[in-house]
Amino acid sequence: MSSILSVRNATKRFGGLTAVDNVSLELGQGEILGIIGPNGAGKTTLFNLISGAMRPDEGEVVFDGERIERMPPHLIAGRGLVRTFQVVKPFSGLTVFENVMVGAFLRRPDPLESEAHALSMLEFTGLIPSADRPAKGLTLASRKRLELARALATDPRVLLLDEVLAGLTPTEGAEMVEVVKSIRDGGVSLLVIEHVMAAIMALSDRIAVIHHGELLAIGKPAQIAKDPRVVEAYLGEEFQIAPD
Amino acid sequence: MSRLRRIAQASSRDLMILAAVVTVLGLIPLGVSRFTLSVATTALIFALAGIGWNVLSGFAGQFSFGHAAYFGLGAYTVAVTLTEFSISPWVGLIVGGVIAAAFGLLTGWISFRFGLKGAYFALATFALAEMLRLTFNNLDYVGAGIGITIPLAGGDDWGRIQFEDTPSLQYWVLLGIVAVSLVAVIAITKSRLGSTMLAVREDEDAASSLGINPLRAKMAAISISGFITALAGGYYTQFLLFIDPDLAFGPFVSVAILLRPIIGGVGTIWGPVLGAAILSVLGEVTRSLVREPPSFLQVIEGVNGLDQVLFGLILVLVIIRAPDGVLGWFRRRRQRSAV
Repeated sequence: MSSILSVRNATKRFGGLTAVDNVSLELGQGEILGIIGPNGAGKTTLFNLISGAMRPDEGEVVFDGERIERMPPHLIAGRGLVRTFQVVKPFSGLTVFENVMVGAFLRRPDPLESEAHALSMLEFTGLIPSADRPAKGLTLASRKRLELARALATDPRVLLLDEVLAGLTPTEGAEMVEVVKSIRDGGVSLLVIEHVMAAIMALSDRIAVIHHGELLAIGKPAQIAKDPRVVEAYLGEEFQIAPD
Repeated sequence: MSRLRRIAQASSRDLMILAAVVTVLGLIPLGVSRFTLSVATTALIFALAGIGWNVLSGFAGQFSFGHAAYFGLGAYTVAVTLTEFSISPWVGLIVGGVIAAAFGLLTGWISFRFGLKGAYFALATFALAEMLRLTFNNLDYVGAGIGITIPLAGGDDWGRIQFEDTPSLQYWVLLGIVAVSLVAVIAITKSRLGSTMLAVREDEDAASSLGINPLRAKMAAISISGFITALAGGYYTQFLLFIDPDLAFGPFVSVAILLRPIIGGVGTIWGPVLGAAILSVLGEVTRSLVREPPSFLQVIEGVNGLDQVLFGLILVLVIIRAPDGVLGWFRRRRQRSAV
């Protein structure tokens, strides 16, 4: 499988803390790569390095043959690598439709074309009934969908999803899993941070485990679930605290 | 070209409202005194300045407390190009707009590049306007503190935009400029540019994650904003036939400019015009109330400055009731009844 995104030996330090420590990953074309790990393991920092929100102290990020680790976020998004935020950031003063229009305009300067595209993204994420509501009044589940719809509207080739299932009810979560699967079926490669074990195991082609900023293991979900290091570092821990 | 046509298509509703608004405003000179007409002209000048302010501060969310800078640059450009170089104010208006836009780009680049936001950006704009006021106050070339008087053309002169015989024309020409500016604003709100401005106003990080360059969006906003507000300043010179540093760059000018869109509705197309209408009616009502109070209020007759106090009080009440302006208040009510 040819890879569309490679992280090579990326390291990010905050003072004495090494949040991301020499991590290397490859995301294959059309693949869903899950990223799991305890809170504070450095997953979101890794996303920040890839999406341009932060620069790595060492290492490189290559997207579609191009080094992007020193590019500002908007140029990276412009090339087709788009992220969502763990703490969703809706444009709360705008309506749901206007939110998605912002994404749709990226590749469609024509307002009527982008309108049609935004509507189809709203339909895809089931947000049509709330289209004219202000984004600030939405439920968490809808805000997560909105975050996704907005990112999708930019026609990404790689999508980074940061905990789109967290805080959702099991039903809402199951619906979201279906949405994510059909995004992949549409040809988008996905890097997915998730805490909900059952979902990420079912969803991912491969899973990477991050622990204390380091890549602890990477492989098929079945292998990861049996890996003694992973069980010790993360999965065992997970069973002691209440599952999400 | 086809993109422009599509934008026009998407704007058709607002363009029809614009036609109605312009028609109503265009009828005003037919039935009013010369004095009321000059009140209406002033209102329209500050509505235009507010339309400009609203692009940067309402749509792109960068609150300016110093739009007198652009207003004054427009005002002085018209005065200087006419008196020094005998250039028609028509050209002067455009040149003033370009100079103001360039000033906006330069100062905006410095401010935004170094991440000035919110109150700090507002203070920077205030300081820049004061800097211009003090500079012009001491610059002999532009008449220093005395200012510049525009020579009378006599009669109606289209080239000089002076209409001594037919003051309605002065109002109508201004209304035309306002209409064109509103068409531009409507087109912006329907286009990608407008969408990026709103996104940057709401959340810069989210905006850049969707491929928007926040600096570029703000630079576009500040230059368009400066251009439109400078047109208002230039026309102000033509209306007063005089300009001095306080009238052009004074802090009260900045306040007068931002008050209109804030009262009418920040970040709405019609807010500045509506706000200007409300404020000038309110101003005239309080003034005439103090001049000729009803019998039970005889005590306030002719009390100096009382009309301004009343004006301020009513303003405070309006802002408490409708912090996002009259249009914002309507929108919230509609949303509440929709949900």
